[in-house]
Amino acid sequence: MLLLVIIAPIAVGLVALAVPSPRWRPWLVPAGAVIHATLSAIILTTDLGRPMLAGWLALGALGRLLLGFLAVQYLVCAFYVPGYLALRPERPNRIFCAALLFLIAAMTAVVASHHLGLMWVAIESSALSTAPLIYFHRNPRSLEATWKYLLIGSVGIALALFGSFFLAYASVHAGLDSSLLFEDLVRDAPRLSKPWLHSAFVVLLVGYGTKIGLAPMHTWKPDAYGEAPGLVGALLAGGLTSCAFCALLRFVQICYAAGDGALARQLLLALGIVSMAVAAVFMAHQRDYKRMLAYSSVEHMGIIAFGIGIGGLGTFGALLHLINNGFAKGVMFLTAGNIHRAFGSKTTDGTAGAIRRVPASGALFLAGFFAVTASPPFGLFLSELTILRAAFATGHHWEAGVFIALLAIVFMGMGSTVVRVVQGTPPGPATGRTHEPVLTIAPALGFLVLVLVLGIYVPDWLSRALSDAAAFVETAAPAGGRP
Amino acid sequence: MHSIFDPLLVVIMLLNLFVLGTSRLRSVIGASALQGVALGALTVTARGELTAEVVLVACAAVAIKGIAIPRLLHKAMRDVAIEREVEPLIGYIPSLLAGALGTALAVIFSETLPLIAADRESLILPSSFATVLTGFIVLTTRRKAITQVVGYLILENGIYIMGLALLDAMPFLVEVGVLLDLFVAIFVMGIIINHISREFRSTDVAQLSSLKEE
Repeated sequence: MLLLVIIAPIAVGLVALAVPSPRWRPWLVPAGAVIHATLSAIILTTDLGRPMLAGWLALGALGRLLLGFLAVQYLVCAFYVPGYLALRPERPNRIFCAALLFLIAAMTAVVASHHLGLMWVAIESSALSTAPLIYFHRNPRSLEATWKYLLIGSVGIALALFGSFFLAYASVHAGLDSSLLFEDLVRDAPRLSKPWLHSAFVVLLVGYGTKIGLAPMHTWKPDAYGEAPGLVGALLAGGLTSCAFCALLRFVQICYAAGDGALARQLLLALGIVSMAVAAVFMAHQRDYKRMLAYSSVEHMGIIAFGIGIGGLGTFGALLHLINNGFAKGVMFLTAGNIHRAFGSKTTDGTAGAIRRVPASGALFLAGFFAVTASPPFGLFLSELTILRAAFATGHHWEAGVFIALLAIVFMGMGSTVVRVVQGTPPGPATGRTHEPVLTIAPALGFLVLVLVLGIYVPDWLSRALSDAAAFVETAAPAGGRP
Repeated sequence: MHSIFDPLLVVIMLLNLFVLGTSRLRSVIGASALQGVALGALTVTARGELTAEVVLVACAAVAIKGIAIPRLLHKAMRDVAIEREVEPLIGYIPSLLAGALGTALAVIFSETLPLIAADRESLILPSSFATVLTGFIVLTTRRKAITQVVGYLILENGIYIMGLALLDAMPFLVEVGVLLDLFVAIFVMGIIINHISREFRSTDVAQLSSLKEE
């Protein structure tokens, strides 16, 4: 069954390659997403998600949480595809549609693989299937963005492989008959060779940190998110970065099991604060609103790293934040794409008065801004508050103070750009409204409702899944204390 | 471990220095191809017994790193009609020195890590670290897209050498998966290089600078 949920989207992707009609092909993406979501729901609600292939594919508590999240995030994004591509009939969409379907297969493989090597192959595949998505516009700027994404991303992934080899060496050195399954690595963690384990974690943090987009390894992000279609930005900032986090968390888990959780936590805390600070600096006076969203993604990845760095309740909050961020980024990127299309410009020089020309997208963009900067009653307020509470409870007063200050700076920086986009008089001679097809609005609205609901009410099953996943990561941790 | 194992590693490290010191793209690609062939030879001599899987991995390494990728790069080089790296960010002599220093550091670093008995007498880990560092130097100091791809390839070669120390632990499927991913990655990069040359009439990545903060 786990294998099926990975193979099904690939099969639909192959059909997309074969279908001759560019008008009907985009509908295969939501079709594939529905199949994927249905299979995921069956796996999560029954016991059909048993480990397969000698344990290479398995769903732990972390995997279950992320599979559910990915399925929902991708499903909502997928319904944007037909509406979006209908507005771009001149562009060939064969490879675009197929790559979208391969992407969800690769992302599912990442969260479902419990083998060190298999997970790496899955991450690499997800990165490769993203490259044609970023290059969709086929102009020099998107070419530059794709090149940087490919090269920086490939080096990051290569380092992640190097780190995985370090970890394997730690296991071989300890004389363990290691299968490189995460279960075995976690079980044998206390006996792993410490110097190798520590070097492995540092290299893996740099490697997967590049994929996550933590500063200072984030340099590909503004270019890739700035040039890719908004839809791709939503999938990257919400889904793919979460997958990379899932990969990193597996190594955090091994560190905890080895009794070295403190090392992992300190590094993550430091990188989290650096990421938030870098994002805050570059978001001030940012005229390009899609690049602004990319820095917002750097900031939120920093917040998640910060939460995991606090540990305990902080990890719970970080995982909740990961979900909230995925949905909020959906609102922002999809509407930013709509606004970009209506004005033909993605800077505040050429865009103003979005609320008049594209009222639905403009309003959703504004609401998304409040959600993404964690204003109540949206979900991100709740998750950031949880992380802060954990920080104060564990005596991280300085760190919490910096955290609040950076959030305030980001709010002001982002706010000034968003206001200039939304308010004012639309430039140019054209007055009146641009038509907004339902399919380009409904998914963004769906994301907004999700992030609003999560802010008002976190259902029991979700909060249980979150605490299970947090406990799963911190198996051998002293509950959330200062090291 | 075979008696030619360490000499092969020395060859790989010398090729690293050669890449750092030369400006001709043809030679740079050729050196990386030779490294690929040497890696194949290393794979079959790494452990005592020869299993079918080891031979298959070795053949895949030679086919992909030694033949397929260099061919792709040669083709890309011909298509965009360039011969040489122009003005790297750091000159050839300084980057050679950096490479030599990196090799020395790699030896020192691997001395500080606890090694398996079999690797203690061998150059396998120092050469792996040195090759990864060389890849980094090429990636960060050269400006032609093709040279950067070669840098990435050398980085991967270094990681592959480390993988040889784990030949018994790493399952066959993963080794092949890694090689296949590498091939696809380079293939996609090749396509992009082609587009770059068509758009910009050059593969100098310094031209790729319209995306930055003002």
